[in-house]
This record gives sequence, structure tokens and C-alpha cells, in this order.
Amino acid sequence: MTATLNRLAPSRRPARLAGLLDGARKVAEAIATPLVPSDYLDLIDPLRAGAELRGRIVSVAHETADAATITIRPGKGWLGHRPGQYIRIGIDIDGVRHWRAYSLTHRADASDGLISITTKAIPDGKVSNHLVRQATPGTLVMLDQATGDFTLPQAVPAKALFLTAGSGITPVIGMLRNHLGELPDVAHVHCAPTEADVIFREELRGYAAASRLTLHENHDDVAGILDLASLDDLVPDWREREVWVCGPTGLLDAAEAHWAEAGLAELLHVERFRPSIIEPGEGGSVTFEASGVTVDADGSTPILDAGEAAGVLMPSGCRMGICFGCVVTMRDGAVRDLRSGEITVADESTTGTKIQTCINAVAGRCDIEL
Amino acid sequence: MTLAPERTRTTPTTSAPTTPGINSRLSVTSAEPRPQRPEFKKSGRPNPAAHLSAEQIEEIGRELDALRQEVLDSRGAKDAAYIRKVIKTQRYIEMGSRAALLFSGVKVKGVRPMWWLGTAGLSVAKILENMEIGHNVMHGQWDWMRDPKIHSTAWEWDNASPSSQWKHSHNEIHHTFTNVLGRDNDLGYGILRVDEDQKWTLFYLFQPIWHVANALLFEYSIAAYDLELGGYLAKKNRMSDEDKAKFRADAQEVVTKIKRQATKDYLVHPAMAAATFTGSTRHTLTANIVANLVRNVWTNTVIICGHFPPGIETFEKASIEGETRGDWYLRQMLGSGNISGSKAMHVMTGNLSHQIEHHLFPDLPSNRYAEIAPRIRDLMDRNDLKYVSGNLAKQVGGVYWKVVELSLPPKREGTTRRATILRAAKRAVRGKGGAGRRY
Repeated sequence: MTATLNRLAPSRRPARLAGLLDGARKVAEAIATPLVPSDYLDLIDPLRAGAELRGRIVSVAHETADAATITIRPGKGWLGHRPGQYIRIGIDIDGVRHWRAYSLTHRADASDGLISITTKAIPDGKVSNHLVRQATPGTLVMLDQATGDFTLPQAVPAKALFLTAGSGITPVIGMLRNHLGELPDVAHVHCAPTEADVIFREELRGYAAASRLTLHENHDDVAGILDLASLDDLVPDWREREVWVCGPTGLLDAAEAHWAEAGLAELLHVERFRPSIIEPGEGGSVTFEASGVTVDADGSTPILDAGEAAGVLMPSGCRMGICFGCVVTMRDGAVRDLRSGEITVADESTTGTKIQTCINAVAGRCDIEL
Repeated sequence: MTLAPERTRTTPTTSAPTTPGINSRLSVTSAEPRPQRPEFKKSGRPNPAAHLSAEQIEEIGRELDALRQEVLDSRGAKDAAYIRKVIKTQRYIEMGSRAALLFSGVKVKGVRPMWWLGTAGLSVAKILENMEIGHNVMHGQWDWMRDPKIHSTAWEWDNASPSSQWKHSHNEIHHTFTNVLGRDNDLGYGILRVDEDQKWTLFYLFQPIWHVANALLFEYSIAAYDLELGGYLAKKNRMSDEDKAKFRADAQEVVTKIKRQATKDYLVHPAMAAATFTGSTRHTLTANIVANLVRNVWTNTVIICGHFPPGIETFEKASIEGETRGDWYLRQMLGSGNISGSKAMHVMTGNLSHQIEHHLFPDLPSNRYAEIAPRIRDLMDRNDLKYVSGNLAKQVGGVYWKVVELSLPPKREGTTRRATILRAAKRAVRGKGGAGRRY
């Protein structure tokens, strides 16, 4: 697994060279002020070493009617990943940057240096629909380094079970593609609405045909939703297996209950992606994280007023939405613009979503970084 | 710099009495019945909005809100591509010009072509950076893209004034209290009398000089203005330690910014030119000085056309009590003026040539002002309001004439202007002020 990390070994440079480089950096900064040198260098090569991590879409290949694998050439700063991990990807849709997390599905030892994610378009999913249906090769996207601990351990288990549903196959296909050869005994139960919806169907069946794993496909429209009690028949030795589960919340909750009941919770690994659809409400609770204050506010009270009333030190200005002096970071939740009714939902970027507090009221709940 | 104004500390107290905490300007309707505007202002000049009823003003508010929403709904990838293209173009022009200046000392047939090319390019680059990019990004016009690099909270501009201080005095004070005498210090920047309702003092007698000096040194006077240097100098003996500490921290920020800017333009780039051994050091230095002067004079020219030309209205402090969104819109329309011209001119002014549209919707992307301008003009025509607009020469000429005309005291019954000036001069000589308070 460590082989996939192509982190550059820090070379010890002579002190004089380091001093020169530091001087050159200072001169470059003096030239670029009030910008930074990278603002100019990014024009020429946005994927260069030392740049903020970005990637360029190389291809979009359809897996099923509503799922596609997006192959990306990452910038030179890409540090590699362990199969099963995910990345956050920031893509501009209608001019607005949206961040979402997707599992990496490519072979980590591929020599072309490309990475890929596989996305299933979910109903009303702005980013997933865009990636599957509209994204075009050549598009520049923002990336974060790989993260997540839904991975295989250094010492691979003697017996493994993968339990996946829908696009929950994506982190697992990454593990299978990279480590199937090292895993002595693998059982895989995968659920999808119909046969045609099974992402990586031919590949999975290929592994099964070659006896590299035992595969059970549950087509929900035909067989009904998988009952975990049927594991006793499908994988009789499931209690002896270390298990990785990824899929919708219902499956994850059921698996946690099932393994806990069997007293085998320590064998269970689950991957929970935060649901990206927040149901915006009218009013709700506002949490000011740094201040440690949570208040309830109605749907017509600006967050600025709610915060001030609670004694939070709020930046403010015109109080009518024009000066942008009150802009703060929303980490989570949703707010509604009191002028237009427009909803802003926090996305999955690490930097959070910037909002004006003087013209936004909480819509459901929100966490403010203050 | 003593050009900065004495400023009143502004703590916005504009909430409607019935809905404590919530700004009355958030709504087009008023919780309280709004009084009909008097036909004449205190100065005796006619009130330009006296003919409109509260309901009509409410309707104007609704119409403008709807227009704003229309632009928001159609804002998208094309707009994002526009600002990125402008930024990219500006950076390439800057890099190209800087590269040309490395050889600015090379003489060909008696002229230095690289100096001319580099200086022109650098001037254009600095103007684009300050106007179409810096000013508008710092207004939050592009915050909706959620690009942390093109965001009001992150942008720092190629100007002596640090962006945080500029955003406070410009976005918050000027845009909220546009053209309200005693609240909006942009009205003459505290050194010019550009409206008859501004009280005359002896200081203004020399305002043609102040005006030219201000234009040449515009970035520094803006920095002093944003820092509230004039107010500090006038009031430092009465200021609390806390306020003084705040001023010192702000001043330190300005000094650091100016140092960085000057190091870049007047030290590092000339030094790099020295490395080409073409005798270009001195010429790179002069090119940077000229480019900064050109930028200063041009930005000043555009700015004075926004609120000072003849026909633009000013407002009294009392008139904005409990102001609704419609009232605020009305004040923005009457308190701003446009410059007509080519597309290139609009870009070079940062679309501040659409000052009326910008003041109505300071956070809408600047590339959209041109398309809504005819509809704003139509709305104002329908409501019998004057849409002030003219070409650059006309607007600039109007302001310069005003600067000269209003340097003299107003004519009063029973005395002559000469007598007023002499009286003020005598008072000043005796040290009884006369040049101090300007509102």
C-alpha cells in the first residue's frame, strides 16, 4: 500500500543553496505583490509542482445509464492514495464552484499517473448529474489530497466480506482492483435496483468467473431489498470475515445493528458520506463554533442579529446586503436570503461556504465559524 | 497628508422603531407611514423626489428588486468566464509590459520604444486591476462564484490603501449613505466643495489646487482618507486610548502596504532592469512613476464623474431616518451620474461609467450593468426623475467648473463674496478657525 505513495523524499540541500532559494522566493514575492507569485505561474501551468492541487479531466466514460467514470490528470503535487480513500473535487457549474467527495476507483500502480472517480447521478444531485452528463474533457477542476480510513489494513485479513449497494461499490472496486491478488478469500454482496444498474458488472462477474471472489448480486426490483438475515445463506461464514460496508444510510444502519447484535462490531468498517442534500427549513438553530454558542432563530431574523443578541462578536457593516463587511464562513447547514428567498447550502469544501449574515436567516440549521 | 477629511464616527442607527434590530432598508414597505418629502430642501433648493408618493416609491423598490432578481437568475458560466478573462488579460498585459521595461533604456532612432510600450501597458494594467477587477471584486460582485481567489474577503489590490480599510470606507459608509451631507465623506472627500449645500469655508477658496494635487496623488489620498487621518489629526487629543491604538494599527498596515508597493515599483523592477545591462534602470523607474500617475489621474477622473457633475442631488441627514429599500434606491439613482462612451471606455472605468446602475446594485457583476442601463433610464423617465449622463468631456468639464465656481462663497443678501472671503481670512489669521469645519 505504501508503494502507492509517491511522496518525494526530502533531499538535504546545502545551506547556501537553501539561502539562495529563499532569497529568490522573497524577490518573487516582492515582484508579485499584492498578488503572490503563484497567481502568475498558475496562468502558465495550473498543474505544476507547488501549485494548489488541481486536475484536468481526461475522459468521461459511462459505466451504466446514470453512472460514469471520470478520469483526471492530477497536478504534480498529487501524493497518491490508498485504495478505498476518497478525494474532494471542486468543479464550476454555471460559474459556481461546488465541492463533493468521491471514491477513487483507479489502479494505483498505473504508469500513466491518471486518477479516476466513479459517479452515479442521483436525482437532484447538481454535481453528480453534471459530472455524468455534462462534464467535458479538458475541464480544470480543484482537488484535495486523498483522505479517509475506509481502507484495507497493512496485514490483509484471511477472509474478507464486501457489502455494497449502488454507488457504494466505488471505494470497494478500488480495493479489488489494487489488492484482490493479496486477498486469499473474498466474498462480495452487491445490491442495485436492476441488473443494468450494477456498476462495474462485467468486471465483478469476471473476478467471480475466475474464482477470485464469490459474488452475490441482489437486484432489489426483483428480489426486494436485501435482508441481512439472509447472509447466513449467502455467506455462511460471514461471522469469520472482516467486513467493509458502503451504501445508502439504511444499509449502513442495518449493518451496524446486525454486526453489533452478533457481537462482532470490531470486524465492521463502514463508509458514510454525508448526505449532500440538506432539507432547508424555516428558521432553526445557529451554532457559532468558535464562540461555543447555539441559538434558535426564526426564519425572518438575520443571522447577524441572532448572533449579536447572543453576545457573539459579529463583523458587520451596512446591514442591508451591499457592503460585504459581514461575510463569514458557514461550515455546515443552510441559510435563506431574506431579500430573494434564495437558499445557500454549505458544500463539502474544506474552506467552507462564505455567507453574508446581515441578509441571511437560518434555514433548518447552520454552523458559523465565529 | 493633510488632505483627508475630518470624519464623524459613523455608527449606523437606521433600524425602524417597530422592528428592532432589523434594518428598514431590507424591505420596500415601511412599518411606519413614510412622510411625504417636502417640496424644498432646507437650502431652498427643490426636492427632486417631492412629486412621488410613498406608494410610488414602494413600487419603484419592487420593480428594482425584480430587476435585480432577473440578473441574479441569469448569472452564470458566461459571467464567470468574463471576469476570469479580464483577470487573465490584465496579468498578461502586466507581465508583457514589465518585460518590455527591462529594455526601456534601448534607444532606436532617438526614441525609447520599449519605454513607451511598457509604460502604456503598465498604465492600462494598473487601471484594469484597480477598476474592473479590484474595485468590483472587493464589492463582492464575484463572491457568488465561490472561488476563494476571486473573493471580496481575499482580494488585495495594487493601490496604497489596504483593501480592508478601503472596503470599510467605500462599501459600507459611501454606498450606504451615498450623497448624504455629513454622512458620506466621498462627497468632496473632505477637501472639495462640490455641492451648494456644503457650507463654504476659506479652505475651499484654494480647492482647485487641492483638487489637482488630490488627482495626482490619488492612491495616497485615498489611503489617508480610508485611514481617517484627517479626523485623527483633528481629534487625537480627545480620542480614547482604544481608538488611538486602533488608528496606530491601521496606520501601520497602510505604511506596510505602501512600502511593499513602492519596493515593487521603484526598487525591484528597476533593479531587474539593471541586470539587462541596457541602461534601463532609470527608465524603468520613470515608467513606474508615470504609470502610477496615469492610474491616479484616470481613477480620480472616473470617480469625480460618479457623484459630482451638475444635476446630481445631495440629501440631508434627517431625510434618511427610517429609510425603506425604495427610498434608498431612489437616493442612489438621484445621487449618481453616468458617463456615456464606448465598450472599451466602460471597461477602463471598471463599469463605473454605469455609476447609477452600480449604486443601485453594487454587488451585481459589473459586466451586467450595460444591459440593465436602458431599463433604469426608462424607469427614471417614467417617474419623472433625472437620469444624469453625459460623455467624459462633458462630465469632467462640469466637475472642474464646479470646483472653480464653488471655491467661492455663495452670494448672500447684504454682502459681497469678496467681503465674505475677507472676513473668513481675518478670522483665520486671528486663529479662530474658519478653515476647520467643512460641513
